Amino acid sequence: MKNQLIILLIPLLPLLGFVLLGLLGKNYLKKSAGIIATMLLLASAILSIIVAGQYFFDYGKAFDVYVKLIAWEIHWLGFTNQLSINIGVLLDPISVIMLVVVTFISLMVHIFSLGYMKGETRFATYYAYLGLFTFSMLGLVLAPNLFQMYMFWELVGISSYLLIGFYFQKPSAVAAAKKAFIVTRFADFGFLIGIIMLSYFGNSLDFITVIQNLSQPQSPAFISAAAPMFLGCSGLTWALTLIFMGGAGKSAMFPLHVWLPDAMEGPTPVSALIHAATMVVAGVFLVARLFPLYVFNGASLQIVLFVGLLSSFIAAVIACTQTDVKRILAYSTMSQIGYMMLALGVSGSSGEASLGFTAGMFHLFTHAFFKSLLFLCAGVIIHVVHSNNMNEMGGLRKQLPLTHAAFLIACLAISGIPPFAGFFSKEEILLAAYQKSKGVYLLALLTSGLTAFYMFRLYFSVFWNKPAQVSQSHATTPVSMKIPLALLLVCTVVAGFISFGSYVSADGRALASHFHLSFSLLPVAVALTGIFLAMWMYKSASGKADAMAKSMKVLYRLAHNKFYIDELYHFITQRIIFNMLGKNAERMDRKFVDGAVNELAASTMDVSKSIKHLQSGKIQQYLLFFFGGIALLLLMFIYLWK
Amino acid sequence: MNLSLLIIVPLILAVAGLLVNSQKQVKGIALASGIAQLVLAFWLAISFMLQRKSAVSEFLFQQHFEWFRHLNIGYHIGVDGISVTMILLTAFIVLAGILVSWNVKRMSKEYFFLMQVLAIGAYGFFISLDLFTLFFFLELAVVPKFMLIGIWGSGKKEYSAMKLALMLMAASALVFVGITGLYFFSTTHGVHDFNLLTVADHPLPTDKQKIFFPFVFIGFGIFTALFPFHTWVPDGHSSAPTAASMFLAGISMKLGGYGCLRVAVYLMPAGAQFYSNAIIVLACIAILYGALVTMMQTDLKYINAYSSVSHCGFVLLGIGILTKTAINGAVLQMISHGLMTALFFAVIGMIYERTHTREVSKMGGLLKIMPFISTLFVLVGLCSLGLPGLSGFVAEVTILVGSWQRVGAYYQWATIIAAASIVVTAVYILRATAKVIMGPLKINNSLGEAALAQLDGRPAANWNERAAVYLLAGGIIAMGIAPFLVTDFIYPATDFILQQLSFK
Repeated sequence: MKNQLIILLIPLLPLLGFVLLGLLGKNYLKKSAGIIATMLLLASAILSIIVAGQYFFDYGKAFDVYVKLIAWEIHWLGFTNQLSINIGVLLDPISVIMLVVVTFISLMVHIFSLGYMKGETRFATYYAYLGLFTFSMLGLVLAPNLFQMYMFWELVGISSYLLIGFYFQKPSAVAAAKKAFIVTRFADFGFLIGIIMLSYFGNSLDFITVIQNLSQPQSPAFISAAAPMFLGCSGLTWALTLIFMGGAGKSAMFPLHVWLPDAMEGPTPVSALIHAATMVVAGVFLVARLFPLYVFNGASLQIVLFVGLLSSFIAAVIACTQTDVKRILAYSTMSQIGYMMLALGVSGSSGEASLGFTAGMFHLFTHAFFKSLLFLCAGVIIHVVHSNNMNEMGGLRKQLPLTHAAFLIACLAISGIPPFAGFFSKEEILLAAYQKSKGVYLLALLTSGLTAFYMFRLYFSVFWNKPAQVSQSHATTPVSMKIPLALLLVCTVVAGFISFGSYVSADGRALASHFHLSFSLLPVAVALTGIFLAMWMYKSASGKADAMAKSMKVLYRLAHNKFYIDELYHFITQRIIFNMLGKNAERMDRKFVDGAVNELAASTMDVSKSIKHLQSGKIQQYLLFFFGGIALLLLMFIYLWK
Repeated sequence: MNLSLLIIVPLILAVAGLLVNSQKQVKGIALASGIAQLVLAFWLAISFMLQRKSAVSEFLFQQHFEWFRHLNIGYHIGVDGISVTMILLTAFIVLAGILVSWNVKRMSKEYFFLMQVLAIGAYGFFISLDLFTLFFFLELAVVPKFMLIGIWGSGKKEYSAMKLALMLMAASALVFVGITGLYFFSTTHGVHDFNLLTVADHPLPTDKQKIFFPFVFIGFGIFTALFPFHTWVPDGHSSAPTAASMFLAGISMKLGGYGCLRVAVYLMPAGAQFYSNAIIVLACIAILYGALVTMMQTDLKYINAYSSVSHCGFVLLGIGILTKTAINGAVLQMISHGLMTALFFAVIGMIYERTHTREVSKMGGLLKIMPFISTLFVLVGLCSLGLPGLSGFVAEVTILVGSWQRVGAYYQWATIIAAASIVVTAVYILRATAKVIMGPLKINNSLGEAALAQLDGRPAANWNERAAVYLLAGGIIAMGIAPFLVTDFIYPATDFILQQLSFK
């Protein structure tokens, strides 16, 4: 293909930024680090828009169907003749969309950080890490090969670790970084086994070949994969479930979500980029990438649906009780990603039935804009107030007019109020759920109401409620922080009007828009109810919220303590893994394994000690032994002689 | 090229180092020797690649001199792809080891001499095609360790030196029994031969293989920290001076892995198949149990030593699984672990020189005062936990894919158990990183004010330390980004081992 170089440059420019700033940043490029990184990313973002335009309007279609194109590929590490890790670039609608989303949001965050991180001693390092993250994320979305995806998957994990722990002298940040990496690592353990299994059955590591080999019911590969393997499930179900486990870890799905709220210890722009718009949706992307297999193997798709639904509901409930601005946003991210998973879970393989797929990806697309907007707004607020706690804020709408407008619109968007972006994608998800199962639909609808409630609870607490206490001097926001807000605001308003279905669908064919006025009435009404409830409780300082909390005492306490899931994990890791396994293994190694060696040495010593007395140095004794020996030999001699 | 150069050049320079007097000259000669070895190793690698295309035999650059005719002992040398990579690895670590020992003051002449003897032993071992010379060089590589630890070591050095030497000597004894068995029970027209290629062509009868395989495998296994004979590793490493730790983990443990592959599996394929399942059990124990024990350690050197047990378990797993992919992975893991663990010991040594402690709990936030060293600590930690882009990932993933390929639930469970270690590895690496590198600044309390002031003076690395770590870090990054640099050497060579396995 003629555009190879352009496509390769998209991930390589941020990598260049990482290498350049990582090696020279501290000593030579301290001042200009931000500008260099931002320029590189700007180039990268422009190139991705060019590639997206070319793919969608020029070469992407063959006979009215968007196809998967391998734009570039090299052989990287071979295992056997069929199995090898190839590093390459796969273009298809979802990877191209992700390309645009990742570079655009990353660019916004780069610009925002110019102001937000100004004066930081490790300014260049920060931008180097951002470059590493962007490179890894782009490598992940472009991967044509399961293992390439896994490799970049790990790399985004480590960039996330480095950025969460950016304030490395703060113990809470270090702990959060560690927790995030280890929890996702545990999930990746499943992912890795899943990949190995899937590649074993599919006899390839390339997505295209694996999907081809395993989606034909007559092929021998499929028959062997569909045979029951363990606990009555087929090998394919296990493989896909384990792969989903990796996705669930990265996407903070219940019960592997515990790292995401803690990850908010990182700098706020990082939360906007990694923990809202890009890395955390990698799990959704993974399921979408292998979607033909999930659809074909109903059982694993059921798990996706169930986990997604549960996560979205639980996160929404928890979010209603939290007071840390960023943590509320984190739980809301978890809830929205659950929505995306749910959408994939209710989808069919092609045509009308596959509305869920399009809806899920659409929601991923719109969510990236309004959620990163919310986080960047939170960044501005925290910058001004110097606190994360919602209860210490209030009445900020006058000091921060732009932020106020942006936050309000983003809240409307996430609540699903027309005509903002979230409305369109959410409505499609609800419609897809409705067509599949009424129960799923009702729970999703309830979650949608809760979403509106907790978002506006946050909005009213921050911007209304009490009068402002912020001194005017702090309240200036640099231009570099305003530009991204404005751009993301525009996107939040217009992104919903794209006819997403004609570009992205499960089978590559255009899917007509599903806008039904009559259907969307109920969801909007539910959302408005949530908003008015929040307004009634939080618009002005009153005791209503506390009274409400008291009336639902048990539920409130459960939700406030995040259903004690952290405590459960703490129990497992501390009590079982450390105290039971680790300590005993260590004791066994010291006492028995090493003890045996020392015991052997000691007993050798004892034996030699007890026989060393023979060498006493006394001539008389030696003479005795000598003659005794001669006598003994003589006796033997005589005995043998006879 | 003439392979004997690998022995002659270091030998001449080692002796030359004994003849000069000033410390400067001693160090200069040692450095020259290290560089010469690296040049030779690269020269070997390039000429090997150039010649292999036209070659018929798997072993190139063969030389054969009769040594002791009556017993058919000869100085027979030659290399295949696997030995070339091992020689490269050795040369990397030798040069890095010499560089980090730049500040050795006490008896530096003897110190550098012993290090070079160790290196000569390793080169000789990797190029030997005669079982007797192979054993000779193996012993040559063991003895200097005893003195390096006993004289220049720290802590309970006498105990550790003795323990290491005795356990490795016992291992050598086992190997010797095995080699004798190979000699007496492999016959070509009634003639016994120590020649490795001859023995490979005329393997032992299966029942004899079953007898002698365990001797050779356990013997070499002890070198590579086979459970439950791994306890020399932590004590030996922690008492050894930095460079000796690097040699021990980077080179000595590889002698074992290479020996298992070259002598045990290659010469006794039926024995390997017979004991395969047992090896896998021991390897899985080493991997997971080693990782769990590492998690509980508080001394940086113990952490790295026990993590070596876990990582070398992967080598044994790859060898035990006996599929082509797994064996490739085992060789890759040997190279990766060699570079990585040498770098880790170098970094720990650098931290120790500045803070005078290796206790994790006595340190904290080192990133603030020693950013260069801390960055390397993180880098090598990430390599250890198998981050893609660094060498560890390449090797471990190859082994895991290879072990799943062996059909049967038994091997699949083994794969899952081994893979579970990646989680535990992440735990202990990140715990150590969080405590030592991150967090609020804390340095050894027992350091006086004067020492702290001195610490401020030289927190950055010296030129020799920088050179050493660049060398090793360059190795792990190059292998992680472009594994084909190494796999091109290894893959054709393992084909021959696999052929041997299928003939039986």
